[in-house]
Amino acid sequence: MHEMGIAMQIIEIATASIPGDMKNSRVQRVNLKVGKLAAIVPDSLHFCFEIASQDTPLADAELVIEEIPVVASCNDCSFQWTINDPVFVCQKCKSGSIQLISGRELDIESIELAEEEQKDVDKHK
Amino acid sequence: MWINTNRVAKYFHHHEGHKSSRDGNAHASGGSVAISKSRGREIKVVRKVLDANDMMARQNRKLFTAKKVFVLNVMSSPGSGKTMTLEKTLARIMPEIRCAVIVGDICTTHDADRLAQSGAPVVQVNTDEFGGDCHLAAHVIEKAVTNIDLEDIDLLIVENIGNLVCPAEFDIGEDARVVVLSVTEGEDKPVKYPLMFRECDAALLNKIDLLPYLDYDKAAAVEYIHQIQPEMPVYEISAKTEAGFSPWIQWLEDQVGQKRNTP
Repeated sequence: MHEMGIAMQIIEIATASIPGDMKNSRVQRVNLKVGKLAAIVPDSLHFCFEIASQDTPLADAELVIEEIPVVASCNDCSFQWTINDPVFVCQKCKSGSIQLISGRELDIESIELAEEEQKDVDKHK
Repeated sequence: MWINTNRVAKYFHHHEGHKSSRDGNAHASGGSVAISKSRGREIKVVRKVLDANDMMARQNRKLFTAKKVFVLNVMSSPGSGKTMTLEKTLARIMPEIRCAVIVGDICTTHDADRLAQSGAPVVQVNTDEFGGDCHLAAHVIEKAVTNIDLEDIDLLIVENIGNLVCPAEFDIGEDARVVVLSVTEGEDKPVKYPLMFRECDAALLNKIDLLPYLDYDKAAAVEYIHQIQPEMPVYEISAKTEAGFSPWIQWLEDQVGQKRNTP
């Protein structure tokens, strides 16, 4: 439900990440890591990103979402496993004292800038 | 309605370009030119998307710690009885514990008006600012807090927007999170909204006065909660009759006391 706000944050961070000497470059791809436990619906995020990125250096950029599995580790027996069903109990020793190693990500990994000639195409519009 | 139209446009955008229903928009036509299959120059970013929120939350937390104010973030689905639970809670703990409340609502000041009757200062916040009406973000709390004298309170209760999804994702600088679940909802809410129950420190199972009239399987509900957060205390209460309130109030008072007594 808050994907529009998330999309706007992505655009802000990505825009600020364009190196100073390439300020006129257009971003053609944004690589994102989203944990399966993050409260994000990828389809909605794509949709909001497309709208929010218009008239920014990210206009028409592709949003690539890598979904990260929920991996837990048991604090008692150190067993590690991937959580596929909503059960946060150690699969081996049944302990409830576990920690999540991954699955909560909502990170921008990188951006990819368009090549020079594309910048010209862009200006041409 | 318009969302559906645009959604369709999104799916066809890259493949059909100009055929999309958003054809009228000038920028939509540029899409096919700009999207290139070749990889451009990659620049590492490695930042959390919610960095700005997390930073503001840390700042809030620092302020609350300095003022020794315990901050409780109360979340639930709409209609679980959050507001009445808080009304009754305030009546029990005030004035021994000095309280203030921040209420997030999409529309109306009804909840704020009800809570203000407790005598605690209540700040109603507008949730439009973060591009959605679904949760309270840290910067909203930061702004709301400027209307409260933190020197004068021990406990700040934040009644979040009724929603079991988004508020779980946003740190606001709170000390503890409580989720209110009512027996008129499905027993399996915890497994349907695992993040919320995973992120909370205590659960209130509300409206237990209605149990005789319902087919609700309370044991199953508690089991589901513990499936998501095995160590979570679950307090079975009725905000209406105040049944089961004592253990919950005790938990809250302990939390507030600990914070007050931190050196």
